[in-house]
Amino acid sequence: MLDLVWLIPALPLAGFALILLFGRRLGDPKAGYLATLMCSAAFVVTVGIYFDLLSKPSEERQHVYRLFSWVPVGSLKVDLSFLVDPLSITMCLFVTGVGALIHLYAIGYMHGDPRFSKFFLYLNLFALSMLLLVLGENMLVTFLGWEGVGTCSYLLISFWHERATAATAGKKAFITNRVGDWGFMLAMFFAFQATGTLSYIGINGAASTMAQTTATAIALFAFIGAVGKSAQLPLYLWLPDAMEGPTPVSALIHAATMVTAGVFLMCRISPVLNAASSYAPNLIAIIGVVTALFAATIAVAQNDIKRVLAYSTVSQLGYMFLAVGSGAYTAAIFHMITHAFFKALLFLGSGAVIHNMHHEQDMRRMGALRKLMPVTAATFIVGWLAIAGVPPFAGFWSKDDILLAAYDKSPVLWALGLITALLTAYYMTRQVIMVFYGEARWHDAHEEHGAHGDFEPHESPTIMLIPLVVLAVLSVIGGVINLPFNATTERLTSWLEPVLGVHESDTAKLPFALIAVAIALLGIAASIMIYSKHKAKPVEPEFLAEGWYYDAAVSGFMGGPGRAGFNAIAWFDANIVDGAVNGIAHVVRGTAQRLRTVQSGNVRNYAAAIGVGVVLLLAWFVIVRGSR
Amino acid sequence: MTAAAVPTTTWYLVLAAVLFGIGTVGVLVRRNPLIMLMCVELMLNAVNLSFVALSHQMGDIGGQTTVFFVMVVAAAEVVVGLGIIVAILRRKPNATADDLAELKG
Repeated sequence: MLDLVWLIPALPLAGFALILLFGRRLGDPKAGYLATLMCSAAFVVTVGIYFDLLSKPSEERQHVYRLFSWVPVGSLKVDLSFLVDPLSITMCLFVTGVGALIHLYAIGYMHGDPRFSKFFLYLNLFALSMLLLVLGENMLVTFLGWEGVGTCSYLLISFWHERATAATAGKKAFITNRVGDWGFMLAMFFAFQATGTLSYIGINGAASTMAQTTATAIALFAFIGAVGKSAQLPLYLWLPDAMEGPTPVSALIHAATMVTAGVFLMCRISPVLNAASSYAPNLIAIIGVVTALFAATIAVAQNDIKRVLAYSTVSQLGYMFLAVGSGAYTAAIFHMITHAFFKALLFLGSGAVIHNMHHEQDMRRMGALRKLMPVTAATFIVGWLAIAGVPPFAGFWSKDDILLAAYDKSPVLWALGLITALLTAYYMTRQVIMVFYGEARWHDAHEEHGAHGDFEPHESPTIMLIPLVVLAVLSVIGGVINLPFNATTERLTSWLEPVLGVHESDTAKLPFALIAVAIALLGIAASIMIYSKHKAKPVEPEFLAEGWYYDAAVSGFMGGPGRAGFNAIAWFDANIVDGAVNGIAHVVRGTAQRLRTVQSGNVRNYAAAIGVGVVLLLAWFVIVRGSR
Repeated sequence: MTAAAVPTTTWYLVLAAVLFGIGTVGVLVRRNPLIMLMCVELMLNAVNLSFVALSHQMGDIGGQTTVFFVMVVAAAEVVVGLGIIVAILRRKPNATADDLAELKG
């Protein structure tokens, strides 16, 4: 069964190829069903491999499947091979599982779009790239997937490229990601220089004997790559703008799967990170928690239903990096899984709202949708409770795990994480109230438009509700994979232990859990008081709505001094560098212009030149050499 | 009556030098491609003569062997050279070497 691992990426590849060839003929909705089928089949294969792996003793749960030799150059030998171990299969499980649900949802969401089949083409290509990323046995295969998901992200963000904002957002995402990719490549080069291989088994095996500075360099450069892909400070900018893409894309790529690739990479090379100097994990933890807090404050003042979720995603990814920096890799993966469940659920729920409000995204023009969309509202509320950290929903368990690890690292990190949890509960409650409760504010909004007549939002088609319900169930029970009661309930920890090790902690868990619950309830209560009971005025300062002016500052810098600087570099290139090249060419041309007259074309001149040359040579031999 | 002068190597070398000089001057001053080719042949044979003379003086067969090679190569060269000259004269009857300056830079 383990040797069938190639099927996991091959099935989306087949879907991609089939839709590429026959997509137009299949059309709406058959192309969508085909893509969903392929993704679901990949999920089934993954489940099979999971049980096969589970039946083996834990030290044998590692299998390399070599497809072919990809880059045999000198001492650099890179195979296209897959690494089957608990970590990669865990990733595959939720990538294909959540992916298949979102594919199914997209059939309903994209219904009637003129480029319906192209959307599923990209979606399957994305699934393929993501699976290459997580299954890759060496950094180059991962990098192939890494770039593939980046490309798909670009294509899908700007899917509605007729809108200028969508086209720009796509470019922004792509370019910002390139900054991070630079770090990934440097990490690869360092790893190859230090160990002579790119294979994870080789690199991680050599980690214990590696020089500390080398390990630090690899870990930190990989972290730069992770910062770009996982939208952390200072490269988070692209993720909120990525919401220009269709909502299933936001759910799949910009919440559940692609953005977690950075966290996955750090977990994959965790032995190297463990061997690095202590400031490397410290830096990762600090960037993680600062990003988490920073993004949460911005989310408090957003009015676009998807932008709230986007900043929330940035914030939750910050939590995962906090866990990575604290050495609790399993907690990071645990949160990644539960986050994939509830954030995909929230995005799909918001997509259902947007879809049925005729592409209205401003929460100030929503309200009281609870009665009109009962299923969407119920599932969204489940997602809200999960992300807010209310027990026994999934988010509570994973967030608690991270906060505990952060406390072991430093109480300051824990406190900042706790404030983030408070804000998370606060802004998510605000969103739920603004969208589903209160009074309906969409009547007057649409009377302004005047186009829809007696417009009334309605519930989504069943095909969109099925994924919502499934994800809602997973968001409720997702925590059972790693309950912190005793060793047998910590299933995920013991499952991932051969790859990620165990984060030892002897801190008592219960008080922290109680504090976390209290904080979550406090956030929810505060939000209800402000937005539902109107006891206090909402605190939504302008600078938070504008995201601390960070985006504006970057744009301002890049547009002003940055542009001037780049213009200066362009001038230098055009005048100095090109000038030198053109100058050399000019001199050569001038000289040649003169020299070519020597070629008179007159045979007798040439003969005379040869004759004179012979005489001179002879003279030299006779007079100069002969006199010695 | 003095005894008939016995030809020494010097004689042959002088003759070779004279032939070589005639050939060189011919190549440089004549314009008829055919004559120029003949002059080149003359120069080659002047060299051959000096080879044979010196080979005889030194009792070394190597010089004479070289001459055979030169003759074979010269024969091949004549074939090619005459072929080119015939082709040129077909296109441009009465062409001189100075007229053939199409490759002027």
